[in-house]
Amino acid sequence: MSKINVVARTGNEAMAEAMRQINPDVVAAYPITPATEIVQIFASYVSDGLVDTEFVPVESEHSAMSACIGSSAAGGRTMTGTSSQGLALMAEILYVASGLRLPIVLAEVNRALSSPINIHCDHSDTMMVRDAGWIQIFSENAQEAYDNMVQAVKIAETAALPTMVTTDGFIISHGMERIEIFEDKDVKDFVGPKKLGQYLLNLEKPITLGALDLQDYYFEHRRQLAEAMIDSKNIILDVAKTFKDKFGRAYGLFESYKLDDADRAIVVMGSTAGTAKVVADGLRAKGIKAGVLKLRVFRPFPKAEVAEALKNIKAVAVMDRSDTISGHEGPLALEVKAALFDSNIKKEVPDYIFGLGGREVRLEDIESVYKDLGDIIDGKSKDRVTYLGVRE
Amino acid sequence: MANIKELSKQKELFTGGHRACAGCGAVIVARQVLAAAGPNTVVVSATGCLEVVSTIFPYTAWNVPFLHSAFENAAATISGVEALYKSWVRQGKYDKKLNFIAFGGDGGTYDIGLQSLSGAMERGHNILYVCYNNEAYMNTGVQRSGATPKGADTTTAPVGKVKKGKEQYRKNLTEIMVAHGIPYAAQSVVGNWRDLTSKVEKALSIEGPKFINVFQPCRLGWGYKPELTCELGRLAVETCAWPLYEVVNGQYKITYKPKEKKAVSEWLNMQGRFRHLSKPENKSIVDDIQSHIDKSWEGLLKKEEVV
Repeated sequence: MSKINVVARTGNEAMAEAMRQINPDVVAAYPITPATEIVQIFASYVSDGLVDTEFVPVESEHSAMSACIGSSAAGGRTMTGTSSQGLALMAEILYVASGLRLPIVLAEVNRALSSPINIHCDHSDTMMVRDAGWIQIFSENAQEAYDNMVQAVKIAETAALPTMVTTDGFIISHGMERIEIFEDKDVKDFVGPKKLGQYLLNLEKPITLGALDLQDYYFEHRRQLAEAMIDSKNIILDVAKTFKDKFGRAYGLFESYKLDDADRAIVVMGSTAGTAKVVADGLRAKGIKAGVLKLRVFRPFPKAEVAEALKNIKAVAVMDRSDTISGHEGPLALEVKAALFDSNIKKEVPDYIFGLGGREVRLEDIESVYKDLGDIIDGKSKDRVTYLGVRE
Repeated sequence: MANIKELSKQKELFTGGHRACAGCGAVIVARQVLAAAGPNTVVVSATGCLEVVSTIFPYTAWNVPFLHSAFENAAATISGVEALYKSWVRQGKYDKKLNFIAFGGDGGTYDIGLQSLSGAMERGHNILYVCYNNEAYMNTGVQRSGATPKGADTTTAPVGKVKKGKEQYRKNLTEIMVAHGIPYAAQSVVGNWRDLTSKVEKALSIEGPKFINVFQPCRLGWGYKPELTCELGRLAVETCAWPLYEVVNGQYKITYKPKEKKAVSEWLNMQGRFRHLSKPENKSIVDDIQSHIDKSWEGLLKKEEVV
């Protein structure tokens, strides 16, 4: 087992620390609140000669992802960080990165999208690019952000898929926590050297990347991408196992918190999972069998596993920190319900859209969700979608 | 500098068999630039005619490493390639000397890619950006761009009962690049292989960001017979509609001065996109174009005098 150092770090500092230990060949990034610090701290590592990285301080997030594509295609281990409008501006190029099967790692700090402009947390940005062909891993706290970053490099390079690790803006990114970090050499060993397959700088075998696919090839290449995403689920689990063996902490596709005997459960992602666990514990002290399913991996979506974990629970609610503005439901609820339907599990699953633009989610808010689930157990029906904690 | 005999004996780095139109100038640019650059070259291309005709999967016309990402980001993309190279050289993982060349059409360079280009030039990457400038969005069907000259008929500034083609002058991108303070910026043309290859060789001998704006007649968008591509390029130079010059560390040098400047109408009259300008009622537009060219040429001559 690796030696562990206990330190105080914000989420942004923890992610930057992981990046320093990973020591990528290239980082190309652009500042945006609340992710700026990741880039800023990393730039100081570069200036102090603590990393071998070539840092490209680009003029936009669009160019950040474009430069990452150049570097990654050329053969380099490549990372970046962004948030919100930055991720939205990158969106076009995120699709190019996955289509080219480039294992770029992105530290994403979840923040609301304009308009109105708002710098605080919700998951609209990450959800906006949920179909971009990127692996998406959510973190509950700074510790998970650090651990997920270390694992992401290995996941991305094994799956040949770009991977984003997310934290919640300000709540995690700027909140100071006690975290455990590993020795530099242990992270280096865990990540290992980048394996080079075909790469641009190999003059012995010139390749053409980004060719025009017409009706005769595009579909096959997109199908391969879909297959890679399906396959990445086991890669994520394998990497988690290696991580546990080396560092001791266990990760899966999601965390089942007191689900085994639960009669009611909330499905949620990110920092709110921590709050939900506190509420569940409080209810359990009163004899109410509450549980939490904290989804870690949103892409690939572990539908069979989620359905299996929820099948025996009488009442399930989803808490969505973003909306699809579709006259339908939030993105997480849609996935969870489709997963249940596919496994022939029929349940009423109310969706609670909460915390948009950093709106505080209080213990009482989550308690009210569990209370609704109690009503469902008692045979009462609930609204399909509730906007939780909004004035209306 | 290699002579044409030597160039013709080299291995083709941009091969035939691509799907460009007969008489396409863009592929002439690619072939000549690579002939001058040699095999240790990595190419990035913006979306556009050149990329579309040369990389229809599973075929490629590129015998050098080639990457296409999107339309507006060729300069940012080549920045990333070059950054990785620098990182690897510093780490002792790579020791070959490489050229980094990005190609973009005028749409991908003057318009949608301008920010990406400006950023890459300002950051000082050791790259050469070549704009194959055919003065409109040819790949999508001849729409006006920031490089389209005044009076040209395009599908988004069409000649109609009221309007007579594009109403604005083109922007001067070469000067915008000069204003970035880069060590090398130049204009060249399809139809003068010696000018283009020598500028590419010179650019690649200089460390830092370089830009060459290559004027490239397009038989489809300009409306002329395919065999006239090179002639139209040369005539643009003879009329001073497209002067050949280079700016090395701020010093201007006109690399070709016509013995006798020809009237721009001679060049306009050969092209379908300017057909309407031959009507007597549009004479004022031609006069306007001529006087704009005269002024620009005079200005360029003055810039050359400043040491």
